[in-house]
Amino acid sequence: MEKRVTFKGVWLPLLLVLPQLVITAVFFFYPAGQAVWQSLFIPDPFGLSMQWVGLGNFEYLLSDPYYRASFVTTAVFSVLVTVVSMGVALVLAVLADRLIKGSGAYRTLLIWPYAVAPAVAGVLWMFMFNTRVGVVTWYLGQLGYDWNHVLNGTEAMGLVVVASAWGRISYNFLFFLAGLQAIPRSVIEAAAIDGARFWTRFRTIVWPLLSPTTFFLLVVNIIYAFFETFGVIHTITAGGPQQSTTILVYKVYADGFVGQDLGSSAAQSVILLVVVSILTIVQFKFVERRVHY
Amino acid sequence: MASLTLENVRKSFGPTEVIHGVDIDVKDGEFIVIVGPSGCGKSTLLRMVAGLETVTSGTVSIDGRVVNGVEPMDRDIAMVFQNYALYPHMSVFDNMAYGLKIAKTPKPEIEARVAQAAKMLQLEPYLQRRPRELSGGQRQRVAMGRAIVRKPAVFLFDEPLSNLDAKLRVQMRLEIKTLQRDLGVTSLYVTHDQVEAMTLADRMIVMNGGVADQIGAPLEVYANPQTAFVAGFIGSPPTNFLAPAMLGQSGDGQIGIRPEHVRLAPSGQLTARAAYSEALGAETLVHLRGPNGGLLTVRQDAGEPIPEEGAEVSLDWDVDREMRFGPDGRRA
Amino acid sequence: MAQQNGMVEKRGAGHWLTHAGLILGVLFIFFPIWLAFVASTVTQPEIARPPMPLLPGGHLWQNYSKALTSGINAPVALMLFNSAVMAIGIAVGKIAISLLSAFAIVYFRFPGRHLFFWLIFLTLMLPVEVRIVPTYEVAANFGMLNSYGGLILPLVASATATFLFRQFFMTVPDELAEAARVDGAQPMRFFVDILLPMSRTNIAALFVILFIYGWNQYLWPLLITTDPSMNTIVMGIKQMFPSGDDLADWPVIMATSILAMIPPVLVVIGMQKLFIRGLVESEK
Repeated sequence: MEKRVTFKGVWLPLLLVLPQLVITAVFFFYPAGQAVWQSLFIPDPFGLSMQWVGLGNFEYLLSDPYYRASFVTTAVFSVLVTVVSMGVALVLAVLADRLIKGSGAYRTLLIWPYAVAPAVAGVLWMFMFNTRVGVVTWYLGQLGYDWNHVLNGTEAMGLVVVASAWGRISYNFLFFLAGLQAIPRSVIEAAAIDGARFWTRFRTIVWPLLSPTTFFLLVVNIIYAFFETFGVIHTITAGGPQQSTTILVYKVYADGFVGQDLGSSAAQSVILLVVVSILTIVQFKFVERRVHY
Repeated sequence: MASLTLENVRKSFGPTEVIHGVDIDVKDGEFIVIVGPSGCGKSTLLRMVAGLETVTSGTVSIDGRVVNGVEPMDRDIAMVFQNYALYPHMSVFDNMAYGLKIAKTPKPEIEARVAQAAKMLQLEPYLQRRPRELSGGQRQRVAMGRAIVRKPAVFLFDEPLSNLDAKLRVQMRLEIKTLQRDLGVTSLYVTHDQVEAMTLADRMIVMNGGVADQIGAPLEVYANPQTAFVAGFIGSPPTNFLAPAMLGQSGDGQIGIRPEHVRLAPSGQLTARAAYSEALGAETLVHLRGPNGGLLTVRQDAGEPIPEEGAEVSLDWDVDREMRFGPDGRRA
Repeated sequence: MAQQNGMVEKRGAGHWLTHAGLILGVLFIFFPIWLAFVASTVTQPEIARPPMPLLPGGHLWQNYSKALTSGINAPVALMLFNSAVMAIGIAVGKIAISLLSAFAIVYFRFPGRHLFFWLIFLTLMLPVEVRIVPTYEVAANFGMLNSYGGLILPLVASATATFLFRQFFMTVPDELAEAARVDGAQPMRFFVDILLPMSRTNIAALFVILFIYGWNQYLWPLLITTDPSMNTIVMGIKQMFPSGDDLADWPVIMATSILAMIPPVLVVIGMQKLFIRGLVESEK
């Protein structure tokens, strides 16, 4: 798509794109290039010189059981966050869509956790499940269940998943509700006249018509789980116990800043870069298709 | 006030030439209408005069000055767009005043000129409104007002009435004509509507496929079309075209005869079978199927006999009404 | 029986079940925030002896004023200010540079236009999280640690905002630019007089989203600010927890959490109105 009208001039437009170009070059492309470059070296123990190791960092990483475990952790975590947040949001959206009046009020009540930072969400959930003072922990204890996410990896994973999914429900709810409301009433009424009951209608008509929204949300939520949940992990578990909640992004941080292992951290950055690229391409391929609907 | 001259103007988009050399000479104060089907290049031609498209070759001159490389704002023109192109966030007053403000016209003069235009266009009560609070006809007037306040040498109109409903279109057509007469500004007006062209133009230009087929006064063009295309495009219902062989004549090409010149007669040059008729009140259009299966139209005044559907009738006309076109479509 | 067929008719038990389900959802969403609020209104001993109360206590004023004025490492009022500077800086910066570059790529044909477009596109693939160490080094080399510039600038380049404005400019009728040209407007005049005012709904909607994005940043401020007086509130909360086995000052921490939520939540409530205005605007 191109504009029919354009203004003349070469210097003015170059001047206009300059600020973005400079910032992008300095803070995006240069560091990304640095990451690629550094991933090919390891620093000597005193940090005085760098030694060329080629793909050594990558070979080491991919054979490192901790790193491979982190891949699995990330996959499990992302799938769970996506399924939980989208599932709850879909149920709520379907319910709200059934209302003729009042869906606006519920929407107002449900959307504002969108504004709560993942890190703050992490603190809220950590407080509820705190091993010493947590309310939920205490009531679970009364029921005879000894909750301790500080020691139990599965419980830790469960907690970061719920905390991450919680703040995401709003966003998914908004999109699902908009998607549901975009389905023409007449189609659903026609199905009702054809004798389809609620569940049949949902399965055979609503769900297929909703699939563009669902697919879009799927991609966006996976990206969210990969990159924007750092705050949740850092506040609740700091990757523990025994790295059971160390997702890839957390590991880049932990190895680069806490462990000061620059070569490995850079190599991890490069791998993540590839992952984001794939996700972005998938997203855009899809968005393109969605435009054509 | 100014004259406007186009000399052998051509336009190409990439390798495709869309205007194949057009010459027009508009006299001072004249109202010229360019009419043609969509895609004939009429809007492109207008936009070249405005300076919104570059001229590939040839020259455009306003008042004797070649303006090919001149920016639109320095051409001393004003343009009324098909969708009006009103600035949605500005009031009617600001829309009209914008060009004058940029030209650093003194404020009192801006106010005086806008007030005058608003009065002329009956827009005075709406000066503080936004475009979206106006009706279609009012928006159209604001677009005209924006052109008027600049006191340009040339008005350019790009299908300005096509977004209005039929009734309003007739009314605005009249207003545009009156306004242009009163102001005496040279005008170039593009439309696909032949009625607009016939009623507004001092002279009209019929364009077809990037070529000006004919230039002339509306009635002259109607009475004496130079090409088969013009004969078919101007006039409603359109001209009937017949192969010479059908009338026992020799030669290629075709013969055109306007529906109002054809009579139903006891015996005539052609027999045809009545297919259906459209009674429009003052007149009735009788559609007939000719010997080769093609449709022909005959215009009958109210009160004249209308053949039954399926009836065989004879058609007659005066031979000097026939318009003979050669195989190239030109008048023979 | 026909009436139970559904969407069309919603009466009886189904209707109430719908409400019940939604209320359950609302409670799930609200419960953590409610608990945080309650915790911010009671005393430390009340929390230290579980279970903590489920209804607010009487120490709201005390906890919040302690948080705001002294906090634990730094007064929360200061952190709020830092967050506001960062969030507004990022939102305004992103919008400004995106507007300019979108204007350039839509309304001009200049050499390198397509290359520039693709460079912007590529930044989508480079979230801070994947380039933290080298970006940190760049910021450190510029002396940007513990500075507002360091908090804001590296996050200012934005492909999404540029694409959004590009998309919007594409929908602006060509005739408006032509009319402006006939009226004698130079490119920047057209940009300021016509394009900017026409984009204000988009700008406002984007501001809301970017403000929240900036306010909720966590990792970047964590790296770039070591001085507690430069902490933003979202990252500062975590810094309030004691490192050892000591009991955290929960009432103050929870008051801070609530304070950290208030500005973006207020903005989201504003966004709803903006959405509606945006709809009305496009309706005309």
